[in-house]
Amino acid sequence: MSELIGLWIAALLTVFILSFLYKDNPFYKFAEHLFVGVAAGYVLALSWHNTIKPNLVEPLFYQGEWILIVPMAFGLLLFTRFIPKMSWLSRWSLAAIVGIYSGLAVVAIAEADFVTQIRATLIPIWDQTKWTQFSNQPSIVHFIHLFTNFITIFGLLTILFYFFFSVEHSGTWGLIAKIGTGLLMVGFGAGYGYTVMTRIALLIDRVVFLLGDVIGLL
Amino acid sequence: MFQRILIALLLIFLVSVSYSRDLGLIARDVPNDAGFAIRLNWQPIPIPPNIHIHRFYLERGVQPEGPFQKVTDLKSDDTSYVDDGSNRNPNSLKPNTNVWYRLKIEYAMAFRQGDSLLVDTLNRVIVSSETVGPVQAKPSWVNPKRLIVIFLITIYFLLILFFTRRARKGLSLFVRKIAGLSALDEAIGRATEMGKPVLYCPGSQGVDNIQTIASMIILTEVSRRTAEYDVPIIVPLMSAFVVPVAEEAVRSGALNAGRPDAFQPDNIRFLSEEQFAYTAGVSGIMLRERPAANLFMGAFFAESLILSEVGFSTGAIQIAGTSNVHQLPFFVVACDYTLIGEEYFAASSYISKDPGLLGTLKGTDWIKIFTIAVIVIGAILETFGLTGFTKLFEIQ
Repeated sequence: MSELIGLWIAALLTVFILSFLYKDNPFYKFAEHLFVGVAAGYVLALSWHNTIKPNLVEPLFYQGEWILIVPMAFGLLLFTRFIPKMSWLSRWSLAAIVGIYSGLAVVAIAEADFVTQIRATLIPIWDQTKWTQFSNQPSIVHFIHLFTNFITIFGLLTILFYFFFSVEHSGTWGLIAKIGTGLLMVGFGAGYGYTVMTRIALLIDRVVFLLGDVIGLL
Repeated sequence: MFQRILIALLLIFLVSVSYSRDLGLIARDVPNDAGFAIRLNWQPIPIPPNIHIHRFYLERGVQPEGPFQKVTDLKSDDTSYVDDGSNRNPNSLKPNTNVWYRLKIEYAMAFRQGDSLLVDTLNRVIVSSETVGPVQAKPSWVNPKRLIVIFLITIYFLLILFFTRRARKGLSLFVRKIAGLSALDEAIGRATEMGKPVLYCPGSQGVDNIQTIASMIILTEVSRRTAEYDVPIIVPLMSAFVVPVAEEAVRSGALNAGRPDAFQPDNIRFLSEEQFAYTAGVSGIMLRERPAANLFMGAFFAESLILSEVGFSTGAIQIAGTSNVHQLPFFVVACDYTLIGEEYFAASSYISKDPGLLGTLKGTDWIKIFTIAVIVIGAILETFGLTGFTKLFEIQ
């Protein structure tokens, strides 16, 4: 019985949210406020069970990892915002968060977004193995494969030019940057199409839920 | 019957002897890490046809004679495992601590009867392999396999320092015009004419995200301009940590404009930490308060298309900026202007004219020249089959 009630609540809320496609209305507002409220409570519970309890309370109070008093103090300083005379203390915590995470991000980004990307582009402009493949099995796909490395390198270089801020994009620089922009847009188009397909899959999932699980038509 | 029991006992004896002999268990510290991992290797365990391996697991102890505690369950065909203690589990491996390991095999006799396999689960036998140790997980200061990263970071920081000093000395650093930023005044002007607010979304990530930090710099400048024109600015937030930073940014902007009264704390709104609850909340604000301009500047994920589509349906002028590549197509489609990737970070330097940030921007431009040179040289060498240069950029 409780499962059935849950099913109908889920169905009604789905319809309420979808009613937004027509226009803003009280049903959408109700679903929106309910969603925001429930999420606030859920995140609070999740933070306690997944973060505060295993990472602070248990190691500090049950295993005696006293060093954790430092991050706890920084965390508590954030609450000084509610006391106007002491609110400046909360900036210490924020400064620590921003500073530490920025420092950590430098190495991770340098590795993942810089060195790894450079390495991935250090490929032969003309790949003999692809030529052999084309010679053995001549086809349009294999013919296009002959140029993939060249397109990758050429595309990356022109796109890098587009993100060059020290020169005005005019004349030859402008032409190179325009080619880079064009290639970016091709990439965006492919990404857009791919994501629209996955979003349609999500919509189908909701329609199947409403027509199948709730109404039983499917 | 008696003969069968005798054979079974003999088999159990032989298998136990075989399992308890040297399985070739080797434990070694994983080099070049923070001192939380030990790699273990062993020979494949022999499994005769009438033997069923019930459990196979690894144990660790802080003394050779024990007590030992289970580290993990293994599959019978496993031959290696990395004991990684980088989590906060109290039973995890600690750095610089002597530990001993052993494998444990729990098996039983099995008989095939037709198509089914009958396992004698009542009479399981547990055998331990040899104990190896002591071994320590030792932390390393430098990972020599990643020296290229520190080398490139050093070059990058030196360039930034050089250009920052130049900017501080007052030497002009040219930065080309960025279309999306020029449109900011247009957007704020439109909001002023319509008497409607400006909505500023700094993304869905916390203050630890570099895009959120850049967004706060842009927010300061945007709020200065909205304060100058006396236009309310609404900042819906998904992370509680961003609330004080966003408040400071808007307050500073209002102060810079000489209009401290323009700062309205109620317009810095924490909605929810849940992605789609936040999205629903922002959509609601767009529909009810009808901002004339929507600015999406920060790290966005699946909410990007929903937000920009709702904003588009309300007829607001929209400017977006993010370096989340997968979300850029949606902003390009649904917004009037989009700051793509690094343009977004350049925006914070361009808009603030801060010498430190301008120096960073110039530094990144020189790094791009370096990158182009490396790619061209590397690609030519690779084409001629010379791979030594490429190997310099391989990190493990």
